[in-house]
Amino acid sequence: MRDKILILAIIIAVLAGLAVPFFYSKIAGGTAPVLAPPPGGEKQCVEPVEYMRKHHVDLLIQWRDARVREGVLKYVASDGKGYTISLSSTCLGCHSNKADFCDRCHNYLRVNPRCFDCHVIPAKGGAAK
Amino acid sequence: MNRRDFLRLMALGAFSIVVPAELLPAGGTPGKRWAMTIDLRACSNGCTDCIEACHRIHNVPDIPDGNRRIRWIWTSPFEALFPEQPDYRRDLKGRSVMALCNHCENPPCVPVCPVKATFKRDDGIVMMDYHRCIGCRYCMAACPYGARSFNWQDPRPFIHAIDKDYPTRTKGVVEKCSFCEERLAKNLIPACVEACKEKGLAFGDLNEERSQVRLLLASRQAMQRKAHLGTKPKVFYLL
Repeated sequence: MRDKILILAIIIAVLAGLAVPFFYSKIAGGTAPVLAPPPGGEKQCVEPVEYMRKHHVDLLIQWRDARVREGVLKYVASDGKGYTISLSSTCLGCHSNKADFCDRCHNYLRVNPRCFDCHVIPAKGGAAK
Repeated sequence: MNRRDFLRLMALGAFSIVVPAELLPAGGTPGKRWAMTIDLRACSNGCTDCIEACHRIHNVPDIPDGNRRIRWIWTSPFEALFPEQPDYRRDLKGRSVMALCNHCENPPCVPVCPVKATFKRDDGIVMMDYHRCIGCRYCMAACPYGARSFNWQDPRPFIHAIDKDYPTRTKGVVEKCSFCEERLAKNLIPACVEACKEKGLAFGDLNEERSQVRLLLASRQAMQRKAHLGTKPKVFYLL
């Protein structure tokens, strides 16, 4: 048992190594990205901001299935307001700063949604891109 | 368990019977049955207005390589589209005739799709959900009309001007004509029908007795491509 201290030190080092992900962001100083608000100054999204932040993917999937598979054109939000189901026109109509809004968070989280492989990003000024 | 409980459970079990997918709503206006007629007399050789209109608004790429080309609507010689027609229709031989997806009543492309990316709507339109397509191309093998194209590469570099009101497709998915369902949703007729200067194309509801297609089909001799296969095409060629 002469190596007690050495073994203990190794165990602590290994545990510390395994725990890196829990305190990495605190040490490396990674902060959540600040997202740019819509340039048009809209304050109200389709659903409340808290819901959109967590569940925008669920809403997009719901919109996709409603539009393509059921032929539904309008979405009625929880506040009773109607919206045309369209990623390029309705979502990007307000969030025309996709690079400073969608991409900033997606890049930070290293997620790579493939929406815009097909869906067209409307260029600023309304011309097709 | 006594007999009464057993019967109660059996009645409950009856609710668990699975509803067949065909009975669930699948988009489009129920009760409509969209169809198109193509007048072989009106369609003039060399005019490609309908093709250009369709391919422009649907972001269909113009790929020069014949093995990789994408087409929603195209022209072929009469005898290629109607190989079973006898030679007494020789007057039509060599005529360039328009073709597109037939939106079959009994579409062979639908049951073969392993992910249900291709489906038939309640209004008869055979539609594709490009989100679901995995690019297996079973539908292309099943379609007897060559109405489907596969994206072997990213189509965007081959689109002259992207129409921002319609998505493009991406590498690895199959695509085809949708009978302009996005225009029908806005009460517009398909772009090809609108673009035809000769009024050679007509579009309407087969379930409506006074619709333009029904009137044309009642007054003119019509034929469908490969009708003997039992696919029941809804694109009719007027002789």
